[in-house]
Amino acid sequence: MWEYTDEVKDHFLNPRNVGIIEDPDGMGEVGSMACGDALKLFFKLDENKKIKDAKFQTFGCASAIASSSALTEIIKGLTLEEAKKVTNEDIANFLGGLPKEKMHCSVLGRDALEKAIANYLGEEDKRIEGEIVCECFGVTDLEIERAVRENNLSTIEDVTDYIKAGGGCGNCHEKIQEIIDSILGREHPVKKKPAQLTNIKKIKLIEETFEREIKPALKKDGGDIELIDVDGNTVFVRLSGMCASCSKSQVTLKHYVETKLRELVSSELVVEEVQQ
Amino acid sequence: MKIIYVDNNATTQVAPEVLQEMLPYFTESYGNPSSIHSFGGNVSYKLKEARAKLAALLRAAPEEIIFTGCGTESDNTAIKAAILSSPDKKHIITTRVEHPAIKNLYEYLSKKGYRVTFVPVDRKGNLDIDFLYKNLSEDTAVVSIMWANNETGVIFPIEEIVAVIKERGIIFHTDAVQAVGKIPVDVSKVNVDMLSISGHKIHAPKGVGALYIRKGTKFFPFLIGGHQENGRRGGTENVASIIGLGMAGELAADNLEVENGRVKLLRDKLENGILKRVPNSMVNGDRENRLPNTTSISFEFVEGEAILLMMDEFGICASSGSACTSGSLEPSHVLRAMGVPFTAAHGSIRFSLSKYNTEEEIDYIIEKLPPIIARLRELSPFWDK
Repeated sequence: MWEYTDEVKDHFLNPRNVGIIEDPDGMGEVGSMACGDALKLFFKLDENKKIKDAKFQTFGCASAIASSSALTEIIKGLTLEEAKKVTNEDIANFLGGLPKEKMHCSVLGRDALEKAIANYLGEEDKRIEGEIVCECFGVTDLEIERAVRENNLSTIEDVTDYIKAGGGCGNCHEKIQEIIDSILGREHPVKKKPAQLTNIKKIKLIEETFEREIKPALKKDGGDIELIDVDGNTVFVRLSGMCASCSKSQVTLKHYVETKLRELVSSELVVEEVQQ
Repeated sequence: MKIIYVDNNATTQVAPEVLQEMLPYFTESYGNPSSIHSFGGNVSYKLKEARAKLAALLRAAPEEIIFTGCGTESDNTAIKAAILSSPDKKHIITTRVEHPAIKNLYEYLSKKGYRVTFVPVDRKGNLDIDFLYKNLSEDTAVVSIMWANNETGVIFPIEEIVAVIKERGIIFHTDAVQAVGKIPVDVSKVNVDMLSISGHKIHAPKGVGALYIRKGTKFFPFLIGGHQENGRRGGTENVASIIGLGMAGELAADNLEVENGRVKLLRDKLENGILKRVPNSMVNGDRENRLPNTTSISFEFVEGEAILLMMDEFGICASSGSACTSGSLEPSHVLRAMGVPFTAAHGSIRFSLSKYNTEEEIDYIIEKLPPIIARLRELSPFWDK
């Protein structure tokens, strides 16, 4: 049983401003059925560009519904400038607090508001910035950074409670920890690499890595790779076999070969493919 | 407000007869059954009686029963004993839909060097038995398969499976926590090596369980300590609760007809009533092959926790396979293993009845639930009338 405040219960059982606004000035939609919660927020402005009306539709648990209801109450009467400053903390506080594991419901509200404002300003279709870290819930590194900074989060569990990242398969836990550590200024153990490589040593190490790591891996998929040249930090290679005709060869190169070389030789290396 | 309790797979009311039987052992007869004096010794007679009653329910011999602290302890004890008795074997098998007591134990063992096979289920929750048989090997130490699933009530064909497993000389354990008391569980016919029971699922109190260990099965105690339970489980006995479990076992044996008669009829009435009145609702699990008291129903486009809390306003107690109720972010592993789509998994509600439920209560749920679902669907952006 969750310890919900009376405000949460009230906004869940008697949600304010349920529904849709036909012809809204701004509309934001976040979440999905797969994720377990989703929110659609609408607002209408008055002649002074203040939010005159706000409505919502929510699929989700009691605290998701209560957070949506609270959000619409908070933003009514605000200018867009003021509404932009509304945080997930404001939503949680309006409800007298949320259980820690349910903080992501307040973040859902904040995200919907941002999207709705962006929609009004014509800034929608902005691609998701950053790189996806949590694939289960589609959360990017920038979103994680933001949640950590804004809410002073310090553990992976915190991050999961606030934005769900890491709450599925758990494969991204290491990456989330790195993000937290870098924000908190903690040292992160870096794999030891040979210091100050001379050109000859570097080329030798690249050759070794090709023979020992990269070629065997590509051969498993019916492909092969040839080391053509090394110029400064650029490594030129040629693909053959299955790899050459495979449309994913660029991806293979960038993500696999480069990662391996950076991990085992030098973090500055760049891989480029030479056409046959 | 009147409480309508339809969450009996989570826990049950202690039967009044059970409580009556227990009470003297908190007050006037508080002796330690291990004592030499007759004040304690009299208690040990009562324990013996409880053991015999529970054994009778399973058609086992009394010495094949040990009392434990809970179903989870019984499961842990069984699996640990099984792998200790074949130390050279490093492969263990279970299903993808086990209770966490087995599931998480197996996941723990997989990190300790055991190769684990999780047998899948089909869309109706029935076990892929061919997959199980194909994965048996010389290296398999133990197979643990629940008798009936706690979320859907789907029953696994233990009698058929155990015959094949025993032919291969592999130890077989079953978590029968949900099956015992609801359907016949007879170890004189079904050749399991070990079988787990939980007290509070059959109208005994929480904090007591039992493990059936077939005579001749190699055994290693989980709790090492005194000579209690014939040296198979150290620790002073939870006397009153064990006496309660004995009584509950006796009642369960008498109650099987009621479970499969009146309780089943009520369950069917509830299920059909809901399906008829709520569009886009469906039953999870094989309706032909289930415990008589359980139904898992999914309501599309709404979320389970919200349904539960709205039912709570009417005093109706049920549970959900939704993510939000457990604090995890993903819906129940059982529904996911069955391939129930997300649209339905998040909105699943389990009703589990007992002999204490009345027709009036069922009518009340059938009346109150449809408007709740309709209300939540009004709120939902995915619901399109």
